[in-house]
Amino acid sequence: MPIPNRLKNQHLLWRAGFGPMAENAAGLDNITSKQLWEVLLKTSSKEPVKLVVASNVVDGLEKGVDDMVQIEKLTKEEKKAIQKQSREDLKTLNLRWMDEMINSEAQLREKMSFFWHGHFACRIVNIYFQQTLLDIIRNNALGKFSSMLREVSKSPAMLQFLNNRQNKKQHPNENFAREVMELFTMGRCNYTENDVKEAARAFTGWGFDVKGEFVFRPFQHDAGVKTFFGKTGNFDGDAIIDILLQQKQTALYITQKIYRYFVNEKADDVKIAWLANRFYQSDYDIEKLMEAIFTSDWFYEEKNIGIKIKSPVELLVGIRRLLPLTLQNENAQLLFQRALGQILFYPPNVAGWPSGKSWIDSSTLMLRLKIPQIMTANEVISIRPKSDDDSMMGQMMENKIAEKLNKSYSDKGASAIVDWEAVATIFKTVSRENLLPKISDTILQTNSRINTVLLLTYLNNESRENYIKSVIINLMSTPEYQLC
Amino acid sequence: MLIKRKQFLQVGSLATASFMLPKFLKAFEKPMMVPAGNKVVVIIQFSGGNDGLNTVIPIRNDIYYKERPKLGIAKEDVVQLTDEVGLNPALVAFKDLYDAGSLGILNNVGYPNPDRSHFRSMDIWQTASNANDYINTGWIGRYLDAQCNGCVQPTQALEIDDILSLALKGENNNGLSFKDPRRLYSISNEKYFKDIAAQNHKGEETVDYLYKTMSETLSSADYIFQQSKLHPTAETYPATGLGKDLKTIASLIMSDINTKVYYISLGSFDTHVNQQAQQKRLFTELNDAVKVFTNDLKKNNRFQDVLMMTFSEFGRRVAQNTSGGTDHGTANNMFFISGGLKEKGLLNALPDLADLNEGDLKHKVDFKDVYATVLKKWLGADDKLILGKQCDYLNFI
Repeated sequence: MPIPNRLKNQHLLWRAGFGPMAENAAGLDNITSKQLWEVLLKTSSKEPVKLVVASNVVDGLEKGVDDMVQIEKLTKEEKKAIQKQSREDLKTLNLRWMDEMINSEAQLREKMSFFWHGHFACRIVNIYFQQTLLDIIRNNALGKFSSMLREVSKSPAMLQFLNNRQNKKQHPNENFAREVMELFTMGRCNYTENDVKEAARAFTGWGFDVKGEFVFRPFQHDAGVKTFFGKTGNFDGDAIIDILLQQKQTALYITQKIYRYFVNEKADDVKIAWLANRFYQSDYDIEKLMEAIFTSDWFYEEKNIGIKIKSPVELLVGIRRLLPLTLQNENAQLLFQRALGQILFYPPNVAGWPSGKSWIDSSTLMLRLKIPQIMTANEVISIRPKSDDDSMMGQMMENKIAEKLNKSYSDKGASAIVDWEAVATIFKTVSRENLLPKISDTILQTNSRINTVLLLTYLNNESRENYIKSVIINLMSTPEYQLC
Repeated sequence: MLIKRKQFLQVGSLATASFMLPKFLKAFEKPMMVPAGNKVVVIIQFSGGNDGLNTVIPIRNDIYYKERPKLGIAKEDVVQLTDEVGLNPALVAFKDLYDAGSLGILNNVGYPNPDRSHFRSMDIWQTASNANDYINTGWIGRYLDAQCNGCVQPTQALEIDDILSLALKGENNNGLSFKDPRRLYSISNEKYFKDIAAQNHKGEETVDYLYKTMSETLSSADYIFQQSKLHPTAETYPATGLGKDLKTIASLIMSDINTKVYYISLGSFDTHVNQQAQQKRLFTELNDAVKVFTNDLKKNNRFQDVLMMTFSEFGRRVAQNTSGGTDHGTANNMFFISGGLKEKGLLNALPDLADLNEGDLKHKVDFKDVYATVLKKWLGADDKLILGKQCDYLNFI
């Protein structure tokens, strides 16, 4: 059976973006996926506007200061206050970026950025560094992976997070070198412990100054001869990155990850090898790689549609794209992120977020099923997720944050005012008897559908709008809606 | 329905009879109601790689103090166990457990070709794989697969957390994770969910997986919640994360629930910088919570049947680094706490700091032997099937 245009287009929108938006959802029957891809490319071609939340530049710079000596000069209270402000600002940055994911027409760019945000996982409570890193990622999200890798590696956020400031000639700290290879470029088992040690020596001296600018400190750098991937020379950090990019394994590792994330968790080695080769030949051009995927025929095969479990952020953003709504308490989204296991800027560990079935356990699944009702039906529910400081790479997040979030949440609830009129216009040309199947086709990407007889007993027949409303909420509260 | 009858007995005859009992006799009531011999394991994961050398401290070892001029904990500051061994200053209650013969310390636990990456080494510990094998099921998950075939309530392994660890994920059975029994119950108790879950479902693999998880959750949520209310603990637990978790576990251990394994984690122990303060904070949380928990179990005659064990994905380098911390290392120690230990105190020799592998401890005991011992001797399970090979057994239980 041929796959309908609408399903294909929604598939593209869910994978290359965050799902269909209310105002465009009606038109998805009538264009081809190729045309839609051109639109996605065009709307993402502009340079993104930097998201800045640090209260002001001076303030931001001050937070950028993280030299141990300078930190020690501050009083305990001053340190606490800076941390607290940073944490608050990170929440704001989180919500600002979520807004972009929901409302920006640059869906492809934001989705790619979201992917790289997990790839270049970084968990530090320093708003100034975090917003700089996010800017690097959003700017390079569709550009050259090689440039992004270099900029990310030289960002104060990553240098701090992976302890490269402690990596000095006399006492090498291997954390940075190891993660650059294990997580950013090659993947495990493709280098030796000796490669890690030699790379760590090469990265000595990489740091940043008081303004958060990258600096190379020659007196901390080990200028001696290193042997890395069979090459010998007086390598510095840049030379190591060059050698890593010369390895075809790097292209393969990144392509594998992209395929699993954007196409199917079950890797297709033949397709991946073909894509990786092109990626390598194109000097790591991300946009070309994504175009090869999203304009291929195999991407739209049935086995790739409706089988990916949405991550918590994808789920939340997806709901908000289809249901234009005003949240009474924006912070409730942070609580959802937390309880579902994905808080922007707080990846669980250096490896970023796991995916697929790992999002699902008893409590996360039940909360996922409940969220559409909580948002739209004014339901109050008390969640108290514990501090997940256990995988924070030694950087503590205040335990209180959970309780505080929870408090503000239960005070105000997570309810929202949905613009149901806008939602109803998606279906304005659909006859009453066709409404249920049509809405079902718009909401769900799966083959599996909810039993109609059962569903009818839960629908509200008072008015056309109420009917549409109840169909949507009930369909969003299903296991099927967790998939895209 | 044995369980139901037991509950009835408690609520019915004993409750009414207790009106007439003198106060001193009431003290004997509760222990009699708890099923004896129902062995339980409580696993505490130290996430981030706990520094074992500043946990169990070799106070007479010159190499230790030489390699850690700033970070080494002085003899007079430790909680001293023997002439040679002290515990981290924050672990005061562990000394009491040691004196009472309820603490076992196993040193140099690890595995061949140790991996220094957090998540990889954690995966190795949680899946019980070799360093070069990749398994996507956890050892407790496979225990459930072996144990739980066709069992009615999939509640044999519970993790008190928002996210289920790989350790509790099996091929066909998963453990259940929740933070609070009441919250789990209130979310699950909805007719719409019960109706769609009851639908006969045959779909794509992932859809089926979601429906299976949903059905199991609905049936278990009610059961756990009812059990958690049977004998809520009367003790005052510290208001910390771990304190709350152990309180939840204590109430369930005192009930008739069929849970055999409880899993919680504490962290982060990834102390590359500023180690002393961080480890102290975490060990204080551990110490205070474990103290109340073990006393609670003792009062209720359950300490004999409960085994707590701690582990971390790796230990840390012997030498301190220049940032007041330590980098990722290899072998580490484990604590075993129970009223039913067969061997007590220090179960083997402290690490040999003169015999290192490029600055790291050499492991002497494979952690899979510990798992095999717990599975076989404590849980009565088929360790060979679960671990995929015959391991050596230890004698502490």
